[in-house]
This record gives sequence, structure tokens and C-alpha cells, in this order.
Amino acid sequence: MNEKRKIRLATCSLAGCFGCHMSLLDIDEKLFDLLGMVEFDRTPFTDIKRCGPCDIGIVEGGVSNAENVHVLKEFRKNCKVLVAIGACAITGGVPALRNNIDLWDCFQEVYLYEGGLEGNQIPNDPELPLPFDKVYPVYEVVKVDYFLPGCPPSADMIWKFLTDLIEGREPKLDYEMLRYD
Amino acid sequence: MEPHEFPQIEQQLAPVFERHGREAHWLLQILREAQEIFHFIPSAAITCIAAHLGVPRTRVEGVAGFYSFLSLKPVGEYRVLFSDNVTDQMQGNPELMRYFCHKLWLEPGKVSEDNLLSVDSTSCTGMCDQGPAALVNGWPLTNLDHERLDLIAELIRGRKPVCDWPPMLFEVKDNIRRSGTLLGEPFASGAAIRATLARSSAATLLEMEASGLRGRGGAGFSVARKWSMCRVSPGEKHYIVCNADEGEPGTFKDRVLLNSYADLVCEGMTVGARIIGATKGFLYLRGEYCYLLHKLEQALAQRRVAGLLGRNILGETGFDFDIEIHLGAGAYICGEESALIESLEGKRGRPRNRPPFPVTHGYLDQPTVVDNVETLACAARIAAQGGEWFAAMGTAQSSGSKILSIAGDCARPGIYEYPFGVTLHEILDDCGAEDPYAVQVSGPSGILVSSKEFGRCISFEDLPTAGAFTVFKRGRDLLQIVQNFVHFFAHESCGFCTPCRVGTQLQKKIVDKIANGHGTAYDLEELKQLGHIMQTMSHCGLGHTAPNPVLDMLKKFPDAYQHKLKDLAFEPAFDLDGALETARNITGRDDAWAHLP
Repeated sequence: MNEKRKIRLATCSLAGCFGCHMSLLDIDEKLFDLLGMVEFDRTPFTDIKRCGPCDIGIVEGGVSNAENVHVLKEFRKNCKVLVAIGACAITGGVPALRNNIDLWDCFQEVYLYEGGLEGNQIPNDPELPLPFDKVYPVYEVVKVDYFLPGCPPSADMIWKFLTDLIEGREPKLDYEMLRYD
Repeated sequence: MEPHEFPQIEQQLAPVFERHGREAHWLLQILREAQEIFHFIPSAAITCIAAHLGVPRTRVEGVAGFYSFLSLKPVGEYRVLFSDNVTDQMQGNPELMRYFCHKLWLEPGKVSEDNLLSVDSTSCTGMCDQGPAALVNGWPLTNLDHERLDLIAELIRGRKPVCDWPPMLFEVKDNIRRSGTLLGEPFASGAAIRATLARSSAATLLEMEASGLRGRGGAGFSVARKWSMCRVSPGEKHYIVCNADEGEPGTFKDRVLLNSYADLVCEGMTVGARIIGATKGFLYLRGEYCYLLHKLEQALAQRRVAGLLGRNILGETGFDFDIEIHLGAGAYICGEESALIESLEGKRGRPRNRPPFPVTHGYLDQPTVVDNVETLACAARIAAQGGEWFAAMGTAQSSGSKILSIAGDCARPGIYEYPFGVTLHEILDDCGAEDPYAVQVSGPSGILVSSKEFGRCISFEDLPTAGAFTVFKRGRDLLQIVQNFVHFFAHESCGFCTPCRVGTQLQKKIVDKIANGHGTAYDLEELKQLGHIMQTMSHCGLGHTAPNPVLDMLKKFPDAYQHKLKDLAFEPAFDLDGALETARNITGRDDAWAHLP
């Protein structure tokens, strides 16, 4: 049997809400068609923790901390085509609302004023991802090949985009799919 | 300061309302005066103005928030704004601003604790030939240096009113270095109007056509065509507007025309008014030039006394025309004619959809002619001396002369009038440019010309210009210059259309990225693509021309940016490890995971 190699697809969410992933699941029964065409690598659906060589990488969420950068660079290194999906990945989105607040004020508000389980102290465990001064859009950290706008992009849009890409066409989204009013 | 600290607000605003009445198109003028009274626009003043004019509060706040010289937050009793035009920067303004702030224990953009002073930067103030320049409470300060700033600091500390400061601080020279027919020949007030009345309006329009006069604001539209289209457009009233919103960085010719040739300009407006049938004209004066307001008002008053403005001009029954001056408030976009009209109507300076063009639907939706200051001065000369006389100067498609505002790296900056067709070589020789490397013709929105192209000439056929001529000598960092321009556009975009609002910001980010040493070949491609989108998709000329300096640099000056590029195909836009520094300090962490390579 010389079956055609399946496209390998990886996804992740950085500083995002997984809403874009939910929207991907929202393609409903077409998930079966998708599974006929692709194999999932690292993604929350498979719970695979590290990304191997892939054809398409889909990144949700902005870049908020050092760990996000490690994940993002791993994706960029392994994925031939990297897609930034949703408002947070493209512009920083809702998490970037913290960009106008001084980081020290954020930490004080969260850890010092009310106090946590461990008392009033700022956690400094090396296992915790260290936050950036601001939340950055994905394209400022790695090269991005495609941007899928929306909060979240609709299931139809994600489906149209993926099928175009998988079947080797330049993805084309109708105006109607890009309207949000 | 909180709103409740203004219990007398209605009484304080009463004289302003008295002057301007209840027409909503006076809103910008009312806000300007409110800013003068309170040094900012308090929330209570917005409520009061909205109630007085019978417009929604949001409309008032929207206008107040649009113009840079109006402020919704308190600024100091003394507000010093340093011009950040590229020539002012080359003359040392950034260092002077730091010096001044340091001296007065102040941070740029913040108000001193006693509410006495705030310092910030502003777009080109039109004093490029006598910079470094700044504005204090709207008044221009020229030829700044440490000594003068020391004096200014003393005056502010002593709370001396700006009107009592030594006049030498505010001295603005004309610096006319070369004059031709427009600036050099004598002109008798009323001559153009007399000639127009003698030969009839229709015949004068034919003279305009014969002269081949084209607009001097940059676009170069035929004046005769504009006037005749407006003349035949039906409307209750016709208007003529003099566009003196000279905002293009590096341009200052209108400053000189209004200071020393106001009569000629008014005469041009009056001739235009006669031809299109207007009884009212506006002179839209940029906020930076409000120091000229008093002098211009006097010139208008003199003309009224001489029978050159007002009712029955020069005894011609039914020839009524008068001019009113409107002040801008720091918005480059208002140089665009439809944005200017919006601003005249007391709105945000947002360019309109065109068509319909102002000649049919302009001020208050009535047929309106908007002409540049220099155009109107030329028109007065043509009305007086005839079209053929004018057409004999210049080139085939560019008749007459052009006033250039020359500044930058040259020994004799100032005003130069040349017949069209003059080459850059000749101009550079005349102004004493030493080892010129590049010239920005017509300001940031114009063309960046390299030394290989100095044989090109100023004309609509080759290098069209609104007047700015900024010289850069060898050794100047062109990338830094272009960076200044893209920051200017990002600041001045009116925010109405996405290609310009977002495009100017992205352009700024990418040029900054390159200047900071993070640029790659990928970013250059991004700039080209972005430029194409802005040029083809923007709503008005600002967005169409904002990519010009970047694209010119990419094409003609590879040396300016190539040494800054990294070899990689992609580099992050910022220093990843540096962006973790704040959190490292807060948490006290310094482990391997607290760093990024």
C-alpha cells in the first residue's frame, strides 16, 4: 500500500482563551473529514507535549511570557507554514489590555494587597513562566505566514482555510467570512 | 484639577459665547479660546459649550480630542512645545528639550507639580530657517540655544506673562533670499480688483486660463478650471477659502507671504470672490501661526477702510465681500481641502468622500473654492498684469514662479523664488549647500532626491512641490531622517481609514525596528507591501503619500539601512530578554528560565 502521506498539523494556545480551538472543534461532523486528511502532532487534542516536524502549525494567543516564546520558536522551527489564529495572536487581543498597566502594579494587586495561600509574597519559582513587560503579537517574535482574524474566527472560516491549504490552494476567504457586524 | 474647581465656568465662557454666537461651526474657535482661559478644556466646559451650542456633548469632546493644541487634561500654565521637525532635530532640539526639562526638574509630557509648566514636542512649527524653534502658549520661539532657554526658565519661574517677555525671543525673520516677480515687484493695493472690474469677471477668468496658473499647494490643479466650475455651480451662497494651514514639515513660505504680502493674498481672494460670486471668504490660519493673527486682522481692517473689502467694493454696487480668519489647532490633515472645510465647520478634520468636490459641495454644502496662499497671491498678480505675462515664465506645463522654503544643511536658509524649471544644482549653489547628499522636495509627503538626480528641475512635469526644500549633507543618517517622517505621519493620521491609521503605525514600528538593529530582508519586503497598500487603499492624500519617504529610501539609498540589517530571515521586533527585565526585578529571579537567548 502506497497511501498518500497525511498532512501533519500542530496547534497550541499561548496567551489565549482556547476559544479559537473551540471554534475549530465547531466544524462538527467535518472533524471526521479533517481526520481523514491530517494527523495531529502537538495539540491540546492529543496532549502531545512537544512538537515534531509538521506541515502546518496553528498558534492561538499572544506572547505574554518566556515560556510562550519557547513554544512559539519550537512551532516555527518545526512547522513549514505557521498560522496566527484569532485576535490575540494577531494583535495581543484581550490579554494585551494589561499593556497599559505597569507590571509592578499588576503584581502588587494580585499578590501583595490581598495575599495568597502562601501569604503576601511574589512567587519566584523557576518553574513559573516569567511574564514580559507587555503582551506582544505573535508576528513580532517569529515570522508568520498566515493570519486568520476573528474573535474567534468562525468554524466555517477555519474549515475553508484549512481545506484550501491542505489541498494545495492559496487560501482565499470570502468577504462574508471576514465580516463581523 | 477637577471640574468642581471651576464654579464660575459659565461666566468665564460668556464673553466667548458672546463673540461667536450659537452656530455650531464656531465650535473649534470656541474651544481654542476655552483652552486659553483654562489652559485645557475642563469637562465642565465641554458640558457648558455643548449646552450653549445645542449639540451633543460627545461632539464637543470629539472635536476637543482631535486637535493637538487642545487638551482634555490639564497642561501647565506655561506650555512649551519643541518643534520636532527634522531640521529642528538637526539643529539640536532633542538635546535642548532635555536640557530645559532637566533644568526645570520636569519630564517631557508631564505637568509640573505646581501646574506651572509642561513641556512636550510638536510637529513642524514652520520656523525651519531660524530653528531650533518651539512654541510657548502658542507663541513661536526661534533660534533657541542654552542661553535663551536659561532666560525662558527664569521668566517662567518668575511667572511673567508671555506677553511681557523680551520681544527678541519671538523675533521671526522673513529671510527672503531671492525674489522674482511675485515677491520682488511692487504691487498697488486694489490694482487687481480694478483690472477685474474693468475687464469683467468672464474676461478675468480667461486671463487666468491664459496664465496656466496651477495650484501651489502641491496637487497643481488648474485655477481657472476650479474657479469656473465653482462659478457655475448652483448654490445659495458661494465661498472662497484661503488654505493657510501650512503643515507640511519644512514649508514656511506662507508664513512669509502672510507676514509681508497679506495685501496681495487678500486681493487674490477678492478677485476670486468676484469671479465665483462669493460674498464671504475664510482664511484658515494654522494654529502655529496665530502670532500673525493680529497683523492680519489689521491688514483686513485697512482694506475695509480703503474700500477693498466690505460692501460695494471700490464703489461697484453689489460687489460685497469680506474675509474672516479661522484658526486651526494643530492638525496636519486640515491642509487637505475637504478636511479643512470640516474644520471650518467646527468639526474634526476628517477628509470627506470626494466626489462631490468642494467646488460643488464645500463649506456648509455650498460651492466653495479652496486655494493655497501662494496661488491666491499669483492670481492677484495675473488679474492685474494679465495671463500672458505670467505664462511667459516657467516651463510648458508649469507657468510662473515657485516660492521654495529652503532649510537644512545650507549656509543661507530662507525663502527663494524661482521661475519653474530651475534645476536642483542651481538651487543648491544659491543656498550655499555644502556637499549635499539628498534633498527632500515638498516635505515628507514629497520626493526624496539623491545627489545623482540633482539635474532634475522643479516643475509639475518633473519635481512638483508645495514649497519645502530640505537639504541633507553627506554624513547625515538618512534612516533617522526617514524615521522622523514616519513618526510624523503616524502622529498626524486622522484615524478615519484603516490603511492609513494602521499602516502609518506599522510603518513606524518596522522603521524603528530597523533603526534599532533588529531589521531583516523580510522587513524591507513588508515595508514595500505595506507602502503599496497605503498608496492604493487610503482615503486621502495623507495615506497615499505617507509611504513615500520609506519607498524612496529603499529604492535610492540602500546604504542608509543595509548596515543596520541582520543576516537572518527574521528577527523579533524587540529585545526578548530585555522585555523580561522588569519581571526579573520584581521577582528577584535570575535562573535559566528567566532569560531568553
